[in-house]
Amino acid sequence: MKMDLITSLYVFMLAAFIGLEVIRRVSPLLHTPLMSLTNALDAIAVVGAIILAGEHKSTLSTVLGTIAIVAATSNVVGGFFITDRMLKMFKASAKPKP
Amino acid sequence: MTSFLGTDTIIEVTYLVATALFILSLKWMSSPTTARHGVWAGELGMLLAVAGTLLNRGIVDYKWVAIALVLGTIIGVPLGKVQMTAVPQRTALSHAFGALCVTLVGTAEFYLRAPDVPKFMMSVLSMEVILGSLTFTGSLMAAGKLQEILPQRPITFKGQNLVNLGMMVVAVGVAVILVIHPDRMYLFPAILAIPLLFGVMMIIPIGGADMPTVISLLNSYAGLSAAAMGFVLNSKLLIVAGALDGASGLILSVNMSKAMNRSFSNVLFGAFGQEAAAAKGGKEERPVRSATPEEAAGILAVASKVVIVPGYGMAVAQAQHKVRELYDILTKKGIDVKFGIHPVAGRMPGHMNVLLAEADIPYDKLLDMDEINGDFPQTDVALIIGANDVTNPAARTDSASPIFGMPILDVDKARTVMVIKRSMGAGFAGIENPLYYLDKTLMLFGDAKSFVGSIVRELSGGGSHG
Repeated sequence: MKMDLITSLYVFMLAAFIGLEVIRRVSPLLHTPLMSLTNALDAIAVVGAIILAGEHKSTLSTVLGTIAIVAATSNVVGGFFITDRMLKMFKASAKPKP
Repeated sequence: MTSFLGTDTIIEVTYLVATALFILSLKWMSSPTTARHGVWAGELGMLLAVAGTLLNRGIVDYKWVAIALVLGTIIGVPLGKVQMTAVPQRTALSHAFGALCVTLVGTAEFYLRAPDVPKFMMSVLSMEVILGSLTFTGSLMAAGKLQEILPQRPITFKGQNLVNLGMMVVAVGVAVILVIHPDRMYLFPAILAIPLLFGVMMIIPIGGADMPTVISLLNSYAGLSAAAMGFVLNSKLLIVAGALDGASGLILSVNMSKAMNRSFSNVLFGAFGQEAAAAKGGKEERPVRSATPEEAAGILAVASKVVIVPGYGMAVAQAQHKVRELYDILTKKGIDVKFGIHPVAGRMPGHMNVLLAEADIPYDKLLDMDEINGDFPQTDVALIIGANDVTNPAARTDSASPIFGMPILDVDKARTVMVIKRSMGAGFAGIENPLYYLDKTLMLFGDAKSFVGSIVRELSGGGSHG
């Protein structure tokens, strides 16, 4: 348990640094799709909800887990969908082909 | 036994691969040329992780999981199809959904584990639930304001910040008691209810121009609450995804607060919104020069370098497609046309770029403030459409101005400035803009869409004669 905690803190710290470095490089041009993409990725919380609803440990946990899956899944589907729609619209100027 | 071990290993490996794909996904967002790979990487990672999770041998009942997945998809598809002008409220709504998921899972975990919750577990669980629930109501309120279901006018009252701060102190205090005495289960609803109320109170004083900051901040909260959930469930994948989302929201919030000239701590504690409605001052009548579409077209036609500065007013007037026509016709005449975009233009970070990209304007013509500001002294015409405060030179020169110190687009350095505006009314913040009274400034009074349309007609008429 203690080791798990320490490992988790390491993971969090490293991921936060990677996040800051990677996202600093994202062009302001793409900040809106960036937000919808990170939102979709964040909906990975759905895995926790799936286990909660599937384990069926209590009625309360099953009900809350089920609602949580619905909320997260709508973010996954809607988030990736709209991000791709936005990114498709970004086109460079037509350049003469070499 | 070995098969069990095998399944567990497979699940862990899918999570590991998904984590790598998520990081790659964000890395590819650095450039518009690779950004779509980023979406695919993210989708693949998500698919792997969900498929891996479904193998979990703890799952005894797939019925509700399946129903919920289908239902979520049914809700998600229309949310992915909204119009580009509605993306800010869609984003706010999705922050609310993400936070709802986290809060519900946290609540369920508490009642499954209580009264025997280890101290560390209870701390992260409290953080998950507090951040999750305030993000849930806060984001719903933000979405409501953006969709104009709720009044957009900021509502302020005396001692507002004190009340809000007090609520958070109480919520954290209750959480601390729960960490020490996890058997006092009756206290748990308080760390749900108080932050839920706080989320509402936090957004009440927010006006439209502050929305980009608020949405970024809620994004960050949503990410951190998901990371906290990762600690509770001991899921490294979730910790990474939450940390990435939190970092992204944090960077955007810092960007936005810089662009609004607010200190980050000011933003962090929700103490934004208008500070004592900007000094209105006596409205003196000063002469301005106005021009007709013909005159404006004449000046544009002989320019060699034009910078268009769009603001949220352009989106409200739905003028972006007319602006594209103007861009096309000027470019065809050999005129260099670029767009100068202020970080807080629009209702969320990058919103203006999406609207212009939708109108088929090439992204390499969309430059952010730092890139374009050096160009203005060599610019013949700066054409401002539906933007006001972000072009106000008082931010640079007048230390008494409420927006003093805010970085602005230096449009006043261009040879000629044209401003399309409905009337001389002051902008969002109620601040006079001295730009309009400069000798080089021409006011083009009218609706952005029809005015740009008239300029385009003039320019194309002239073109066919020659």
